Amino acid sequence: MTSDPALHLVPETPTASSKLSIRGVTKTFVQASGERVKALERATLDIGKGEFVCLIGPSGCGKSTLLNLIAGLERPDEGEVLMDGRPILQPGPDRAVLFQEPSLFPWMSVLANLEFALGLIGTPKRERTERAMGWLETVHLARFAMAQPHELSPGMRQRATLARALACQPEILLADEPFGALDAQSREVLQRELQTVWLETRNTFVFVTHNVREAVFLADRVVLMSPRPGTFVAEHRISSPRPRAFEDVLLSKVVVDVHDHLLKEVKGGVATEEGPRPDLA
Amino acid sequence: MSRPRRVLDQIWPRVAIVAIIVLLWWAAFESGNWSEVLLPSPASVWDSLVSNLGGSNGLLMVAYRSLFRLFAGLVLAMLIGTPIGLACARWDVVQRSVGSLVGGLQALPSIVWLPLASLWLGFNEKAVLFVVVVGAFPAIAIATAAAVRMVPPNLVRTGRTLGARGWVLYGRVVLPAAVPGYLAGLQQAWAIAWRALMAAELVIAGARGLGHLIARAWGQIDTPLIMATMVVIMLVGVAVDGLFSWVDRRIRRRRGLLVRA
Repeated sequence: MTSDPALHLVPETPTASSKLSIRGVTKTFVQASGERVKALERATLDIGKGEFVCLIGPSGCGKSTLLNLIAGLERPDEGEVLMDGRPILQPGPDRAVLFQEPSLFPWMSVLANLEFALGLIGTPKRERTERAMGWLETVHLARFAMAQPHELSPGMRQRATLARALACQPEILLADEPFGALDAQSREVLQRELQTVWLETRNTFVFVTHNVREAVFLADRVVLMSPRPGTFVAEHRISSPRPRAFEDVLLSKVVVDVHDHLLKEVKGGVATEEGPRPDLA
Repeated sequence: MSRPRRVLDQIWPRVAIVAIIVLLWWAAFESGNWSEVLLPSPASVWDSLVSNLGGSNGLLMVAYRSLFRLFAGLVLAMLIGTPIGLACARWDVVQRSVGSLVGGLQALPSIVWLPLASLWLGFNEKAVLFVVVVGAFPAIAIATAAAVRMVPPNLVRTGRTLGARGWVLYGRVVLPAAVPGYLAGLQQAWAIAWRALMAAELVIAGARGLGHLIARAWGQIDTPLIMATMVVIMLVGVAVDGLFSWVDRRIRRRRGLLVRA
């Protein structure tokens, strides 16, 4: 595709250490209008244990669909999604999901939201409060434990959602543009926090975004997806050491590279339904 | 704005509109165009209200009996309507069968049940209760089904990804999320129940409630008592409605659903 050494065409040969394995997955939706939309076509990707992967691509490239498949909220029409070599059949707390909209239960306090999640993974009742408080401290929200979700700012809500996700002690953290609705400042704070969390937990993170800068800052590997029907077209490995800083000049260069590449993909894509410019903010 | 000031802002428009109505009424009375029997003065209605308050058949006791009946009818309607609504939301076939039947029942003004109810159950309190329940439960069933259907899918997905399934998902996520909608249904149902109750009591003498008091005053052409009772019916209505609104506002505020206009 290009001579850029940072680029590999996917699929790569699957490795035994794959935490997640997406094998030739096709998923078609029937829209309310009756129109059939192919969101994913024969998508194949392997994600290693403890790897931080960012999926990036124009709107409608099936990023969210892929995440829902991994989460177990949807089932593929063809192909399979494997976790530790076993097909994913249903959602479960071993795969925590951060949606774009913070999804705390509005009738529970922040603390109760975490305690509920802890209860679902079988934490004994008397340990729940202490454990929940511990996770809230991790995201600097301990002071707001008793607050109702709507009393928090959007950024704080997303942090509380992150704390709840972490409290489940998932093996995989899935995130669907979780910071997309936030202002630039809270977004940056949360990106830093997420980096810290990953460094501490070394869990497998799969992060969907259309923000190139965010992807490059966070990921080990940025995977580019083509517009509808979505499939993986290329990937960039980001080998910069962590913790990374936004000011890093090398990272900025990678951002520009990925961005250019993405633009090319969007333009060259079969379905050139006005691919929106990827977000460089 | 200070709290006393806010309270004052709440109260004065209500007082003002009542005062204007009473003034107009007084003016009409003083004009002498109507007989005193057909249009009593506000003062004689007030006198009737005060002098009929106490006693075992006074306004207070009678209002209490009616309120108790309302409460009993509402609880029964909830016990019948809630499971029907939940089943309608859960299974399409129940919605198409029972759901459409309930929709038809709701189109039926509850008082038209009274002839059948009195023939089946007698001219007694049971018939009154029947009319109240049959009037109120469809509203509850329909609101319950709607409330469950309108639970944000995002919350259900979140519950599932956290590992909640089956009854846990239903009891801890779906039902709590449906509470505001359910409450709105109850608020509608109680108003229907209250009207049905008054109408039924008006007809069935055995049930000594507010409606019956009007019927009796009607027979004696005691217009001040008729009007006094109507005022009490309104006041009870406003009070119960206020109670529901208060609970509703509390729940909405807790969830951040209260829109400040």
